[in-house]
Amino acid sequence: MRLIKFLILGITFGITMAKAEIISWFRIYEMFRFESFHMYGVIGSAVIIGVISVALIKQLNIRTVKGEQILFRVKEKSILRYLLGGSIFGLGWAMTGACPGPLFVLLGFGVWPIIIVIIGALLGTLLYGLIKHKLPH
Amino acid sequence: MIEKILNPWPWYVAGPLIAIVMISFLLFGKSFGVSSNLRTICSMAGASQLSSFFKFNWKTQTWNLFFVLGAVIGGFIASQFLMNENSVLLNPKTINSLNSLGINYSENSFMPENLFGINALRDIKTWIFLVIGGVFVGFGTRYAGGCTSGHAISGLSNLQFPSLISVIAFFIGGLLMTHVILPLIFS
Repeated sequence: MRLIKFLILGITFGITMAKAEIISWFRIYEMFRFESFHMYGVIGSAVIIGVISVALIKQLNIRTVKGEQILFRVKEKSILRYLLGGSIFGLGWAMTGACPGPLFVLLGFGVWPIIIVIIGALLGTLLYGLIKHKLPH
Repeated sequence: MIEKILNPWPWYVAGPLIAIVMISFLLFGKSFGVSSNLRTICSMAGASQLSSFFKFNWKTQTWNLFFVLGAVIGGFIASQFLMNENSVLLNPKTINSLNSLGINYSENSFMPENLFGINALRDIKTWIFLVIGGVFVGFGTRYAGGCTSGHAISGLSNLQFPSLISVIAFFIGGLLMTHVILPLIFS
């Protein structure tokens, strides 16, 4: 059960990404051309609900299902790594039409060539691990 | 109701569902972020011998691997049982620009044939394109410490300034590719 709940969250996420066409290369292309509200509506509404929920969790001191305090990940202070890393990811997102979530949803959807992109993404992660100490952070 | 499920879901259904997934992670004492799984998979495959970046007990990330497994299953369920037709109705302007680049748009597919079709894969250039795209995704998300889920959804919800910079940067890269580099590649 401890792990099954994450499997169920993943299934919910996967179905949503597929049914709302977020896994479509065309939708990402359209988004970067600002020619549809769809993707902005998806991300925007998720963030608005997220901001309100996180504020409520903090305000009301809501705890985890186990009764522990909810810990929020504080992102390390820097600008360069986010600007450079984010831009490189953006290039790849617009090329392949997929960010990491959709990579896996597309695999289940049966778009087999996405395996090539997944292998690329693993190689990219590996490359980062190898040259991390040489990069400005 | 069944027809509504089988038709494409509007943004105001998808956005709140993604928010529910993110909040569920918090309530389960974890945080929502997909790209860190790529690091975990590298570590499982033995990358810890190559870099200390991959030296951690990947078993502590099993919950996130289960999420990714679920995402694969979710994609499968959607494709087998929940699709009326794969009709991606794009803005006519977008279709025009795809035509001008020579990218085949089909209402019945999520992906362009030029990049993901059987014929396209007979050309080594398509493989190079997809691998490089993937490398950018993997390298960039690890360098930035998160992707659309970790930064745009989780980070922005927690008002993290680094996540705002990251999301802006996602668009710097995406706009540059869409408006400048893709036209050069496809023309």
